[in-house]
Amino acid sequence: MKILVTVKEVATVEDEFEIDGTAIDERFLGADLNEWDDYAIEAAVRLQEDGIADEVVTVTIGPEDAEQTIRQALAKGADRAIRVWDDALADVDLLDVGAKTEILQAVVEEEDPDLVLTGVQSGDDSFGATGVSLADAIDTQWAAVVNNLEVDPDAGTASVRRELEGGVEELTDLDLPAVLTIQTGINEPRYASLRGIRQAQRKPLDHQSLADLGVDDGAVDGDLELTEMYEPETETDVTVFEGSAEETAGDLADLLREKGVEA
Amino acid sequence: MSDVLAIADHRRGELRDVSYELLSAGRDLADETGGDLHVAVISGPVDEYAQKLDREGVDAVHTVDYGEEFNHDVYTQTISQLYDALAPQYVLAPNSVNGLDYAPAVANRLDLPLVTDVVDLAVDSDTLVATREMYGGKVETTTEVAADAAVVTIRSGEWPAAEGTGDTTVESFDVEIDEDAVGSTVTGFEEVAGGDVDITDADVLVSVGRGIDEEENLELIFDLAEAMDATVSSSRPIVDNGWLPPNRQVGQSGKVVTPDVYVAIGISGAVQHVAGMKGSETIVAINTDPNAPIMDIADYAIHDDLFDVVPALTEEFQ
Ligand SMILES: Cc1cc2nc3c(=O)[nH]c(=O)nc-3n(C[C@H](O)[C@H](O)[C@H](O)COP(=O)(O)OP(=O)(O)OC[C@H]3O[C@@H](n4cnc5c(N)ncnc54)[C@H](O)[C@@H]3O)c2cc1C
Repeated sequence: MKILVTVKEVATVEDEFEIDGTAIDERFLGADLNEWDDYAIEAAVRLQEDGIADEVVTVTIGPEDAEQTIRQALAKGADRAIRVWDDALADVDLLDVGAKTEILQAVVEEEDPDLVLTGVQSGDDSFGATGVSLADAIDTQWAAVVNNLEVDPDAGTASVRRELEGGVEELTDLDLPAVLTIQTGINEPRYASLRGIRQAQRKPLDHQSLADLGVDDGAVDGDLELTEMYEPETETDVTVFEGSAEETAGDLADLLREKGVEA
Repeated sequence: MSDVLAIADHRRGELRDVSYELLSAGRDLADETGGDLHVAVISGPVDEYAQKLDREGVDAVHTVDYGEEFNHDVYTQTISQLYDALAPQYVLAPNSVNGLDYAPAVANRLDLPLVTDVVDLAVDSDTLVATREMYGGKVETTTEVAADAAVVTIRSGEWPAAEGTGDTTVESFDVEIDEDAVGSTVTGFEEVAGGDVDITDADVLVSVGRGIDEEENLELIFDLAEAMDATVSSSRPIVDNGWLPPNRQVGQSGKVVTPDVYVAIGISGAVQHVAGMKGSETIVAINTDPNAPIMDIADYAIHDDLFDVVPALTEEFQ
């Protein structure tokens, strides 16, 4: 069984930042592996360690800089990686779900995996939709917000738990192949070992352009355009206590006592 | 083509609150497009649901009597058929866990753009303009949808619940489900394991987030809670790490709490967390980041390192 895991490098934002047009000024941005994808990678690698999967391949839509993040996924146990990028993608402000779906669909057609794992959402644009959209595009089953997964390769089925609101979980059985969007908490993602990091350097990381995948340039244009970005207005008038930790703690303690808090 | 079709959300025999919020969002949008608001309710006791959904501003309720509980294959097929029959301009769904389990598939199948987790909507000279957040709520953005039609999911709690009673006729919609294409079966539901502590009962919650860094450091929080005679709750990463049991988690997938005082320590205030605690009477945030989204709903804040503030606060109460 082959597993494809979507791996995104997301931008992280410093505490203090400035906005430049419709983006956060690059000076205030860092990069990290998308939190939810980390859990998806771990789920895939565990299926491989359990002898259920033979190969774990990652796919990333991202520029060359993203390779440091892709190597993290390889260091955690993925076998090889695909990175899709070209100039058409570099020009896009906001890559919409439809565009991501079309690109990933082309990769799925090439790789023909039995299971695709994605994160529930990405930490930057947080659409939370690519996995389910992809499933429909490639005409397979799916489940969103999965926090427990058991695969029966012989029966060609998976049993999942979907985490609903308010502490309720839904138990669902589905046919493979399938796309599952993985929620945090499903497992404990490993840290890459030194050996893993060394090995990752030698694992194949294949770059593909849209043309290589047979995807038309126009696919990335999408229908969504980011027109404004700003810091949200605060809803309450927050009273900020100023001073040293002792001073602020003292002020807060006075307030809390007023509110009836006491030892 | 300027109507709006809203899809109600329900679970285990009850309509979820977001369904009524969808009616308000849908009515606003239909007013802007000059169209009608259609509401569809799929599966379960649909006639009972339809009565409740017939509120002011609703032009039509469509019931789809098929199956008991949510099944995304049924929803996706049904909404596609409703779309063909009713030709709405916009399909509105909740940005709930179930909404996200069918809306992207519907958008793909109908070849429509999708905008999720929207907090505000407007139509500006025929263009849909959606407001949403990025980077975990650190910034807000406006996104224009350059298409005639779209699928939109709305964040719960952003629109008021529709009220009043309507006088709409309820129409039953005959759907043809291709059973061969239904490849998933919901086999049951389970509540996450409870424990001895009920955080929904507490008057004072000391809530800890990822800012605490290490499991060992939780001791600081328990010391504070003991000194303040408070109960310890947490954001999700603490539970994901196995540092606290699931019944201590506050938020969308955890517990909804309404204490007199909620002290959020090292918690950024992601929307899914805020969903569980925004009803607290007094909200205090201790966070190094003055721009953390939690500051938007906090009444009092300290912009400082929790490792300095928390021990000092504990001392104040000892
Ligand atoms: C479907 C779904 C359901 C979810 N359900 C829930 C839910 O029920 N509950 C929930 O909480 N989350 C939920 N989440 C996760 C949510 O999106 C966030 O990831 C989570 O709430 C973040 O937790 P946090 O604030 O503790 O961590 P972070 O977002 O990492 O924030 C840590 C904060 O600590 C501050 N900090 C760091 N160091 C210090 C220090 N030394 N002193 C002071 N401050 C410091 C930082 O500035 C930051 O603001 C859900 C997500 C999804 C997709």
